[in-house]
Amino acid sequence: MDALLLVEQGLNGLQLGVMLFLMAAGLTLVFGIMDLINLAHGTFYMVGAYLTAALVPVLDSFPLALAAAVLLTALLGLVVEAVALRTLYRRDHLDQVLATFGLILFFNELVKIVFGPVPIFLNPPAALAGTVDLFGLKYPAFRLAILAVGLAVAVFLWLLIARTRVGMLIRAGATNREMVMALGVDVRLLFGLVFALGCGLAGLAGAMAGPVLAVQVGMGEQILILTFVVIVIGGIGSIRGALAGALLVGMVDTLGRALLPAAFRLVMDAANASAAGAALASMAIYVLMAVVLAIKPKGLFPAH
Amino acid sequence: MTRNLLTLASALALLATPAAADTLKIGMITTLSGPGAGLGIDIRDGFALAVEHAGGKLGGQDTQVIEADDQQKPDVAVGLANRMVERDRVQMVTGVVWSNLALAMLPTLAGGQTFFISPNAGPSQLAGAQCNPYFFNAAYQNDQIHEAVGKHVQDEGFKKVYLMAPNYPAGKDGLAGFKRYYKGEVAGEVYTQVGQLDYAAELAQLKAAAPDAVYVFYPGGMGINFIKQYEQAGLKGAVPLFGPGFSFDQDILAAVGESALGVKNSAQWSPDLDNAANKKFVADFKAKYGRIPSMYAAQGYDTALLIDTAVKAVGGNLKDKDTLRAALASAKLQSLRGEVAFNTNHYPIHNIYLREVVKGADGAVTNKTVATVFTNHADAYVKDCPMK
Repeated sequence: MDALLLVEQGLNGLQLGVMLFLMAAGLTLVFGIMDLINLAHGTFYMVGAYLTAALVPVLDSFPLALAAAVLLTALLGLVVEAVALRTLYRRDHLDQVLATFGLILFFNELVKIVFGPVPIFLNPPAALAGTVDLFGLKYPAFRLAILAVGLAVAVFLWLLIARTRVGMLIRAGATNREMVMALGVDVRLLFGLVFALGCGLAGLAGAMAGPVLAVQVGMGEQILILTFVVIVIGGIGSIRGALAGALLVGMVDTLGRALLPAAFRLVMDAANASAAGAALASMAIYVLMAVVLAIKPKGLFPAH
Repeated sequence: MTRNLLTLASALALLATPAAADTLKIGMITTLSGPGAGLGIDIRDGFALAVEHAGGKLGGQDTQVIEADDQQKPDVAVGLANRMVERDRVQMVTGVVWSNLALAMLPTLAGGQTFFISPNAGPSQLAGAQCNPYFFNAAYQNDQIHEAVGKHVQDEGFKKVYLMAPNYPAGKDGLAGFKRYYKGEVAGEVYTQVGQLDYAAELAQLKAAAPDAVYVFYPGGMGINFIKQYEQAGLKGAVPLFGPGFSFDQDILAAVGESALGVKNSAQWSPDLDNAANKKFVADFKAKYGRIPSMYAAQGYDTALLIDTAVKAVGGNLKDKDTLRAALASAKLQSLRGEVAFNTNHYPIHNIYLREVVKGADGAVTNKTVATVFTNHADAYVKDCPMK
């Protein structure tokens, strides 16, 4: 394998990583601060993608549609938090799992009723539809955009959490909720805002994924499993952990799929190598998770 | 107390059900939720349209269809198959989309002497050595569709083709079918995870292998992901892409738009096939559901036609399994794809067409028939099937 191909696979891994980070950041905020297991996080990802696909023809601009979709998804998050989740904070985690699983079913049916069962159409904006020449490497322009957006969000979240008063409360909330409540902070408002922020991030991930992936009912569940792997590896409640975990999972997954079949081909024939490599590559991130948890049972950067 | 009441109520409900002799009960186990749902919903809707066209009575019998969602999970499908046999006591089960689910469900259904009529899944195992008296396929044997593109690519003179498919029974059947007729060099044969979202790593390898054509089998959402990413990687136009109808069918075309224009693919059916039944089907499906039907919808319709034909032939006597089986096996189906007969392994013998993705008169992206690759084509496994 030549160097250029290795660079391209590295970029692919990085891009998958920042995509997962957008999802994991929101999920880990909600989990770490509100102590709420939100299985419906993937739903907001789906909603973000569908809203973008629906708004692009109306607004005739991808960035505008994306911005509107992210805002609307965050707004939907506020409403869902107020209507369905507020009563669950003091309940057992199992109750939360059950209730948020119910939300998945509800929103999947709702989306099916509104948009139909067949996946819908969303392409990247014309300016980002082609490839970009990076020193002889032709790389999809839209994937570079995903990379840029993901890194920008990482910087934004770091500034928000490390440099602002809200961020201080979020950090404090993640480590000691009772103390934050005792300080007289409007916890209800804080929780609502954190949840909306998480939903907005998921919506942004969905909106950015829409032009690359199928915009279809149930698209949120596929990414949700990976997202949980990311926050378990990174350490629950930690944004830094989410970033590290996401990049690690993105890299291991992509490089595993790229390199393992080739490695097996050195010792067996092509058909078997392809099958064995594919099987091992699909296990790679779970092996990674097992190894990380064996060494650091609370993840790489635990908040608690 | 509540439990006793419930037991009593259900016992009464059972008593109230009329004797099953005159009602045709069909279990529709298909994928109605999750990313594969579009396929199952199309099968169900196509089937429902056929029942409607038959005035609600397949084979002249009162027809009850019991729907269940297998969630594309083998364990759920087996549980549902059990329920259909034990509790609902259906005479037939249909609906299955995925080959791995069909393989998992068959022992339960065959053990319960329940006919299993696949509207889609056609794994090679059930066509050859493991063929079963209770299993019928109304659609095709998996390999048949791929064989047609293999022949086309061979005839067009491509010498170095890169192959990709998901790592499951139908994926392996697919590439085996393609290679049965394509005799050139295989530049790479890649199996990916079922349900994989991102193909960036595989596309980079593909580019590095520099093939002169690419053949992919990706049904449903996997196909959408792949086609979009193929175009975005700058490969569309640079390396010709081929696939079976499953990867370029209506469910996928609606989501990828013009990215798939010009791609040649194969199927036993096409929305523009010129026969009266098909014209009526396409028009009525569009009117009822507001979308162009897919292969899966047509297969759902054909499955209902097969049941209709067989039940008519036995005069509604559903108790005598051997007679019903003989009627299913000897059915001469006037299907949406023209006349279809069934082989000794209960798989169809039919034409396979080459189609091209085009922009229709109304601006919608759809498939157009461009050639007949095989006429009255039987599958490659029938010789291994002990049923004669």
